[in-house]
Amino acid sequence: MSRWLRLAALISPLVAVAASFLVGALVVATIGESPARVYAILFRGAFGSVDGLGLVLFNATPLIFTGLAVAFAFRAGLFNIGGEGQLYAGSLLCAWAGIALAGLPAVVLVPALIAVAAAGGALWALLPGYLKARFGVHEVINTIMMNFIAIGLSSYLVIHVLREPGQMTPQTAEIAAAGCLPRLARAAQLCGIPLPHANPLNLSLVVALAAVWVAWFILHRTTLGYEIRAVGHNARAAECAGINVRRTVVVTMMISGAFAGLVAVNEVMGFRHRFLDNFSSGLGFMGIAVALLGRNTPLGVLLAALLFGVLNTGALEVDVFTRVPRELIQVIQSVTIILVVVGNEVLSRRLRAAHAAVAGAAGEGR
Amino acid sequence: MAADLAIEMRGVTKRYPRVLANDRVDLEVRAGEIHAIVGENGAGKSTLVKALYGLVAPDAGTIRIAGREVSRHRPSDAIRLGVGMVHQHFMLVDTLTVAENVVLGLEPRRGALLDRPAARRAVQGLSSEYGLDLDPDERVENLSVGLEQRVEILKVLYRGARILILDEPTAVLTPREARELFAILRALCDAGRTIVFITHKLDEVIRLADRVTVMRDGRVTGVVQARETTEAELAHMMVGREVLLRVDRGRSRPAEPVLEVRGLRAEGRKGVEVVRGVDLTVRAGEIVGIAGVQGNGQTELVEVVAGLRRASAGRVTLAGRDVTNRRPGEVRRAGAAHIPEDRQARGLVLEFTVEENLVLGRHRDAPYSRRGLVAREAVRGRAVALIRKHDLRPGDPAVLTADLSGGNQQKLIVARELSGRPSLLVASQPTRGVDIGAVEFVHRSLVAMRDAGAAVLLVSAELSEIMSLSDRIGVMYRGAIVAWFPGGAVTEEELGACMTGGAP
Repeated sequence: MSRWLRLAALISPLVAVAASFLVGALVVATIGESPARVYAILFRGAFGSVDGLGLVLFNATPLIFTGLAVAFAFRAGLFNIGGEGQLYAGSLLCAWAGIALAGLPAVVLVPALIAVAAAGGALWALLPGYLKARFGVHEVINTIMMNFIAIGLSSYLVIHVLREPGQMTPQTAEIAAAGCLPRLARAAQLCGIPLPHANPLNLSLVVALAAVWVAWFILHRTTLGYEIRAVGHNARAAECAGINVRRTVVVTMMISGAFAGLVAVNEVMGFRHRFLDNFSSGLGFMGIAVALLGRNTPLGVLLAALLFGVLNTGALEVDVFTRVPRELIQVIQSVTIILVVVGNEVLSRRLRAAHAAVAGAAGEGR
Repeated sequence: MAADLAIEMRGVTKRYPRVLANDRVDLEVRAGEIHAIVGENGAGKSTLVKALYGLVAPDAGTIRIAGREVSRHRPSDAIRLGVGMVHQHFMLVDTLTVAENVVLGLEPRRGALLDRPAARRAVQGLSSEYGLDLDPDERVENLSVGLEQRVEILKVLYRGARILILDEPTAVLTPREARELFAILRALCDAGRTIVFITHKLDEVIRLADRVTVMRDGRVTGVVQARETTEAELAHMMVGREVLLRVDRGRSRPAEPVLEVRGLRAEGRKGVEVVRGVDLTVRAGEIVGIAGVQGNGQTELVEVVAGLRRASAGRVTLAGRDVTNRRPGEVRRAGAAHIPEDRQARGLVLEFTVEENLVLGRHRDAPYSRRGLVAREAVRGRAVALIRKHDLRPGDPAVLTADLSGGNQQKLIVARELSGRPSLLVASQPTRGVDIGAVEFVHRSLVAMRDAGAAVLLVSAELSEIMSLSDRIGVMYRGAIVAWFPGGAVTEEELGACMTGGAP
């Protein structure tokens, strides 16, 4: 396959992003606003201040986790639509543990809560993984159903069982202070960066960056990752070589779910310090978009999550300062995804055709 | 001169991204002759006939069909000029009858309806004229592969083809079906039609063709009269060096049984029992060949032995250990290696690099895995050593496996499977679709394994391969092994008779 096509595969997300901004401009123009002005406001909101930049990173953090979840599963050929359910499972479990384990010192409690968050997500992904491996039931259907169960169950639990005493809001009590991650504002100010105290950016960003590295390391440096990629590319060859495909499927789903569960590190440990009913409103699904845009690589997920962080942050300003509704940003995001998917499809067909041509020339009739 | 040329191609050149598939190729096919195009896989045969048929647009060169120059033509233009192509993979509708399949797309009509009697008459007429012996009312799903191929031939004749192109027509046939096909092609030729056929089986060329065009690396290396040449000469032109057509091997010294299969039964994909009570023993130091027409349970037998398919009854023992219905990994750990039938679907992860594929299956073993991490130096070192030992090309361990030629992909699998010094090697269609050089390599490797004391179970649709390598030959028919022969003391005809259910 030619270098050109491989290069194009790298560039196609960028082209898709650029093209989707063009489409967004058309929409803005139709509404009767100036695209230049709207985009200027959008990017000013994201990049115009340290506060804006902090918000970009804060908004990107949960998307890194959910994007990694989708991308990681995809490397084994699995489509984990269940990030939403897994992040609720991880978050509720994390909040519960944060309350129940009060009294432990921070050095113990923080790692413990991170582990609990990951475990919650992993457990929620275990059942769909097992059903897929054991009975061949498609993970897309299982994970979607598990989403409904997680959303419903967490609502029930937070309203009827774990609700903060004396409160009407469907939320748990605050977790132990020792389990909270510090915000980065003070540290930034010490370094001379004027990040306002109100900015919600917190240490979970570092955990997210670590997760990117962990995902990459598992996939490319461990024997397990080798097996995951083998199964993802060609499960029949993996089976023939003696790889336990079923076990790999289950393990991959659990690791994927663990990444989704880590959303709790930002939401519960870093930002709200409690579990709030329905807090996510689609972070898990956005993760699908992030993974697609990032071409299912950990680094790509990071970049895509940052882009979405920019868009989500700027969207607020656009909403306030122009007649363009913030939903425009969703339009741009959605158009980007469609274009990336189309671009990927076109490219992979080209690649297949190039392969077929080479193979055909090599007499490979079969 | 040009008038009696059915096909005249001059300077045809076609470049693909990585290969020059056709490099200034000239092809002359005389009207009324049987013309063979031979060459290794990748020599450019298929590209050449695709250019002729209008499936591929050449970058340069001229093409004349029956004296008329064509350019940028489509298959419909080729058909209009009397060219018909019988593809290697049949394109038939199983649930329709022979007559319906033949007229499909060009139906005789009465009003809006298919004129069934006219279709039947046309098909009947063509069929008897050339000895095709087909019943127009039979459903295609009930036909054997050989008869399906005749339906394909009928299709192109029905469309008025004067020039028939056949792509590897005997690849799926039994020896007897192949002989019948040759008789049909002769009859067509005698009736004034022109036949072009692609093959890599040299004995067929000598038997059937009038003239032969030999290709190598996208070029024509010779045009010879079939009567005046030999297999060795053709092979030399194809490969560019002397080729050992016979495998040199000494006597086998069979020792203790390694693989023992007793009363084995298994179901195929559709839940039909396709392995029906197989008994076989392969001893250390011998090659046991299983011959048979494809689809008689060989594939499933191998899959059960390798742990890829469940046995419904019976037992598989490997070096004394019961491995019946054990997972593939356990069978491998018990000492088995497996060259699977379909190398791209089962044998390789095409998206992996060469070094990643070379360690596949042993990636969990020391020294390639240390504390759960891939030991990259060890993996690289193994790859470099195997590449050098077996002359894999290109020699870069980091290149993608998908970018290797078919022959080198197969060599990669063989190199990998042999490297573990297995006590049992199961080789299924180990030379399917690979070039002569790689065939030689695979054959030598199998014999070397045997001489090193391994038990080798060889399943192949190529009778010549079975006959030249096996110390014992079993013939599989309808899920059972119906006859055993000692290697070297059996003729192709005897095997062929058993393969189709006849008595030995």
